Amino acid sequence: MINYASREINCKIVYYGPGLGGKTTNLEHVYGKVKPETRGKLISLATETERTLFFDFLPVDLGTIRGFKTRFHLYTVPGQVYYNASRKLILKNVDGIVFVGDSQAERMEANLESMQNLYDNMSEYGYDLTQMPFVIQYNKRDLPNAAPIDDLQAALNPGWEVEEPSKRRVTPDPYHAGENLIEQLPGGEWVERAPYFEAIAVQGDGVFDTLKAVSKLVLKALA
Amino acid sequence: MTAGTANWSFTQDDFTAITESLKRFLGETNSRCALLVDRSGQLVTTVGESLSLDTTAFATLTAADYSANDQLAKLVGENDFSSLFHQGEKESIYVADIARRLLLVIIFDSRTTVGLVRLSMKAEVEELTLLVDRVFSRGRGSAAPDKLLKGADDEIDKLFNW
Repeated sequence: MINYASREINCKIVYYGPGLGGKTTNLEHVYGKVKPETRGKLISLATETERTLFFDFLPVDLGTIRGFKTRFHLYTVPGQVYYNASRKLILKNVDGIVFVGDSQAERMEANLESMQNLYDNMSEYGYDLTQMPFVIQYNKRDLPNAAPIDDLQAALNPGWEVEEPSKRRVTPDPYHAGENLIEQLPGGEWVERAPYFEAIAVQGDGVFDTLKAVSKLVLKALA
Repeated sequence: MTAGTANWSFTQDDFTAITESLKRFLGETNSRCALLVDRSGQLVTTVGESLSLDTTAFATLTAADYSANDQLAKLVGENDFSSLFHQGEKESIYVADIARRLLLVIIFDSRTTVGLVRLSMKAEVEELTLLVDRVFSRGRGSAAPDKLLKGADDEIDKLFNW
């Protein structure tokens, strides 16, 4: 939303993913690291055991473009399966999505279920995830049971078909040398994948890379 | 890539018209403050007394509160609850839907009554609905954000040099 009167560009970014995957931890790290004058309060609507009940919310000012203050509203959703009604509400009017996947091999099914749930909830609003700013973060890379990135990519980010002929050109992944975001498969089909990041959110690794990437995509979608 | 899902913008004229309307409403009902919030939780504007509250957080929680109540309405077979009222010992708030896009929040205290606020709200909601419809009908046509950030790629890149 652009408010010409207050000269602000406000964007909504939602961190989505399975329960205990590290969505709230991402926001807590951002809250702890950015200067107090550039962020608001971190609001958590959580249960007494600190599980997200409705959402966490953190407003962050990124700076000024063309004289407009750019403010990003970061939200997390409750990851637990039975909170779908709340989760869906948070997606309303979203501008960008971060999917926080749990790298642990035994959480693969929970990741897949959450990713499917994201696609389903988005399409119920009439939003097409493949046409929006969307990045994936593979969190908990430090754990000994973390699945290889290739396995996570194959399962959670296999790519979607590029239908628009003008987009059918090899587009390198700016974050991973030698990899492409858009490429032609040996079978001839053109696919696009979401940018992905490895993270250890409890230590802050990868948290800002993810946030920067999605924020940039959101602003470029307006440009 | 398509822009975000909430692709609309307010101009100075929209802002002036909305502000004037809300000022009149606050005067007539003797309420303290009005906040206009979009359904995704972003603050559009505040009019009236400047209260020492965190308006960003307030706007987000209002939208969440309203959305949750909207779903509660559906569960009991209603389309929506068109307004919400929270009564406090000193301060109270009244929230009403504007064109399914925005929420009008009125904060008031004992200098007025909930009856007067509720009564005056109907006309105010109708007036704001007309103004807001104008904003949204324009937003869907000539997407104004395109003009603002067109060619700003370099500036956007610079923003992320941290």
